[in-house]
Amino acid sequence: MSVSTPKERRIILKHADDPNYSNRIGCYLREGGYENLKKAFSMQPGEVGEEVLKSGVRGRGGAGFPAGMKWKFLDRKSGKPIYLICNADESEPGTFKDRQIMYKDPHQLIEGMMITAFAIGAKQAFIYIRAEFHEGARILERAISEAKKAGFCGNNILDSEYSCDLVVHRGAGAYICGEETGLIESLEGKRPNPRIKPPYFPAVLGLYQCPTIVNNVETLCNVRHIIGMGGEEFSKIGKPNNTGTRIWCVSGQVMKPGYYEFECGSLTLGQLIFDVCGGLRPGRSLKAVIPGGSSAKVLRADERFSGTLKDGTEFDWGLEDIPLDFDGPMAAGSMSGSGGIIVMDDTVDIVEAMANVNAFYAHESCGQCTPCREGSLWMRKISQRMCSGGAREEDADLLLSVAKQIEGRTICAFGEAAAWPTQSFVTKFKEDFIRKATDSPKERDPKSLQLI
Amino acid sequence: MIAPDNKEMVNITLNGIEVEVPNGINAVEAAALHGKEVPHYCYHPKLSVAGNCRMCLVEMGTPMRDRASGEPILDEDGTPKIGWVPKPVIGCATNITPGMHLKTESDLVNECREGIMEFLLVNHPLDCPICDQAGECRLQEFATDYGRGYSRYVERKNVKPKRTRLGPRVTLDDERCILCSRCIRFSQEVAKDDVLGFVDRGSFSTLTCFPGKELANNYSLNTVDICPVGALTSTDFRFKMRVWFLKESKSVCTESSAGCNTLVSSREGTIQRITPRRNDQVNDTWMTDSGRELYKLVKAKSRIRRPSFQGSDLPLDDAISQAFEALKNKKIGVVASCHSSLEEQFLIKRLVEETGAKVFIRGHFGEDDGILLSADRTPNLRGALVAGLTNHYPSDHLNDLNESLADGHVEALLVIGEDLKDSGVNEDNLRKVPLVFLGTHQNSTSDCAEVVLPGLTVFEKSGSLINRSFFLQSFEQAIPCPAGLMTDFKILARLIDLFSEDSIAPSELDQIWEALSSSENSVLKGITFLKIKKGAIQLDESKWEHLSFVEKEALHYLPTGVIAS
Repeated sequence: MSVSTPKERRIILKHADDPNYSNRIGCYLREGGYENLKKAFSMQPGEVGEEVLKSGVRGRGGAGFPAGMKWKFLDRKSGKPIYLICNADESEPGTFKDRQIMYKDPHQLIEGMMITAFAIGAKQAFIYIRAEFHEGARILERAISEAKKAGFCGNNILDSEYSCDLVVHRGAGAYICGEETGLIESLEGKRPNPRIKPPYFPAVLGLYQCPTIVNNVETLCNVRHIIGMGGEEFSKIGKPNNTGTRIWCVSGQVMKPGYYEFECGSLTLGQLIFDVCGGLRPGRSLKAVIPGGSSAKVLRADERFSGTLKDGTEFDWGLEDIPLDFDGPMAAGSMSGSGGIIVMDDTVDIVEAMANVNAFYAHESCGQCTPCREGSLWMRKISQRMCSGGAREEDADLLLSVAKQIEGRTICAFGEAAAWPTQSFVTKFKEDFIRKATDSPKERDPKSLQLI
Repeated sequence: MIAPDNKEMVNITLNGIEVEVPNGINAVEAAALHGKEVPHYCYHPKLSVAGNCRMCLVEMGTPMRDRASGEPILDEDGTPKIGWVPKPVIGCATNITPGMHLKTESDLVNECREGIMEFLLVNHPLDCPICDQAGECRLQEFATDYGRGYSRYVERKNVKPKRTRLGPRVTLDDERCILCSRCIRFSQEVAKDDVLGFVDRGSFSTLTCFPGKELANNYSLNTVDICPVGALTSTDFRFKMRVWFLKESKSVCTESSAGCNTLVSSREGTIQRITPRRNDQVNDTWMTDSGRELYKLVKAKSRIRRPSFQGSDLPLDDAISQAFEALKNKKIGVVASCHSSLEEQFLIKRLVEETGAKVFIRGHFGEDDGILLSADRTPNLRGALVAGLTNHYPSDHLNDLNESLADGHVEALLVIGEDLKDSGVNEDNLRKVPLVFLGTHQNSTSDCAEVVLPGLTVFEKSGSLINRSFFLQSFEQAIPCPAGLMTDFKILARLIDLFSEDSIAPSELDQIWEALSSSENSVLKGITFLKIKKGAIQLDESKWEHLSFVEKEALHYLPTGVIAS
């Protein structure tokens, strides 16, 4: 296996760990920064959009929707101002890629955003940054003022008569602020209750009821490189329909957790865990992996995944064979989501792991719509009771039933995010749940780790 | 509010049956038009769509079209192929398009409803036995219709405050709240008093007033009406009466010329509450808080319960005879009222014609709130115009009456309900003439009357009123009148009969309407009381267009000459 493991290909994180590189504009310019902005400004906005469409770049926020396509949905007929928002509310448990970019190479994001703003004709751009990233907000604000001074942002960018201001808006400290319509509500100064779709599709009725594009940090950074190398060239990186690189954030029980940038589909989950991340701790064996942030469905180590891919090729994978791109984890019944890979070895109590995930979603549910509001808290109460000596055999089925009553019936995708972990944990590790009821002591071991 | 652009009818398929519905209305309304209930909590026809309760989930599909050509894709049997949305959609935010398919009765839909009901109840206190909403509670109704019937919930329920004062008239029980946000949207969109919001999140979300604010506007009790559960309660009605004991009568609010349609709820002759009755052309589903208080007048201390002559009680028949004695063979002045029903005003007009009396009438005015409390604080000023009691727009004083009294042009006075004290009539002038008072409540004028005839409140009689938009609306008797009394127009008819030697005045509603509708040039021609009871009738107002009515632009009302904005 190790023979074939490819090398990292760092495009976005090229300078992330370079000791001779800082997040100031000087370093960025030295490494060819803002040249691509100049290139974009020599093109027509429509051409920039075409390049991005050609590149096939898919959104890095979690859903993997083609960014160029998203831009095409913009309502340009209404005559209303267009807004660009960078979703920097990175809060999916297990994900820490956007943070690296913003802290270590903020100008890359600013360049990507200004190219995007130019392409879609945005009047105003925002970076909606997670509240807890106070240092990140400070770094970005300094970078923006540097860029403004140099004429890369703000009024009359590169003397082109195109102006687009860019401001950093600090988030409201809630996971739901990362849902794009919730983010928009929050940016408008309200509770981040996600909006109903229809009619409130951001590309038509977004911020202040104007057409709005919301893109993830990593996606916007990719725009910069797409313009640099050309959409055609970019589409050759990775695999068809899975173009570019992806940053995988590995956490959990591996020897070398961290962020790793690879070409899409260039390595398998097994290679990432066992070669790149140095494998598990001595004597441990793999139990489960969550491949795309805590809301992705968990994958069991001894599972087999088989079926037919979109392009017609048949596959029969073990967990370690799953190719790391957008479609691989999807074919295995989960998703690559935001790229947060959480590795669990055989010391993990799977019910407790699920209890922690449920606690997160119960705490973060905005409370707007019924299924998520009541269901997430109910699941949390059940799973915590199970971990505190009160498990019943019927709880596994009850959890599944509650999760099913949430999935697909909520205003936003939070419903799925809350339901999928429970569904997959219980379905795939049913024996662990039954054992909790039959074999576990009636009280929680005081030495065990505290639940969230 | 998702209003249809037009009334164009389109065909849709509802549960497999093709039906016709107006284009663009939402699936909840469309299904209701054909007798299919789509249960819902947060959706309210007069508020914006929030889509948060998820109770109205239905299955929806639209005819598929070929992406390239735009042509419909057909099934093997030649019918359009339907692309069903993979997930259930909320009916309240699904607007009808031609050819749409809807399923409101499928296994998936039933399962969704069962799930939502269970979720709504897991943290609900289930204190129906002490809850005011019991009997008119959507949670109870839908739990019975669509719920699972048993509980799978063994965890502890969330605990929240049980009695929060939101304002002077509204008390909140937080545990019962299902966070539908109707009250919040009402405050923002209708009352234009944005004071309510949620704090905290998830299942711990709590309705509250913004810091330093309270729910004190004159429409606050509408939030109680639209609360689908027992969370918002009327502080006045709280714990007073089980709603299933209440008898409901259709009435009209007499607070102002807005003429809100109301339901008067009473038990054993005692009114317990007044709530608005939906009328899309008049008051939608709203009314003022102040209008709801009017029932308290029925049992007010100052209520006139017995006829009297020179301060001593006597039977009503004798009192009417005394009134005739006081008025006969004199130059009579009649102070008519814009509070009287149209029927009463008609008989006053008869009396005036019979006796050659002079009519005086006065308006009562206040500030217009631009919603449902109009500047004209009488319910039937337009009735006085239609009945022909006056051709002028009444002013807020009766100075001309004062003059007539002073110079002897009026030698006897019949006053209908009005208090003349603050109307510009000198009390000495008033004391010069014999005075007959017909009214419901004691005032300075009734105090100096020789004969006092007790009138009935709007709740104790039937009749009709004409509101600011010239809608003729009927109200029905809700409770019996005090013993020994009779309705105002019967008293008037008896009085007319005493003056008239050769005719009998109509003394029943139907008879009065026979007379009202038979006159050739009247805008009331052809109308019967039964027709008004069936629904408000828009009268032709062109005859009075030149008058400068005081009402301002408001809900469903545009003053003459104002162009809709």
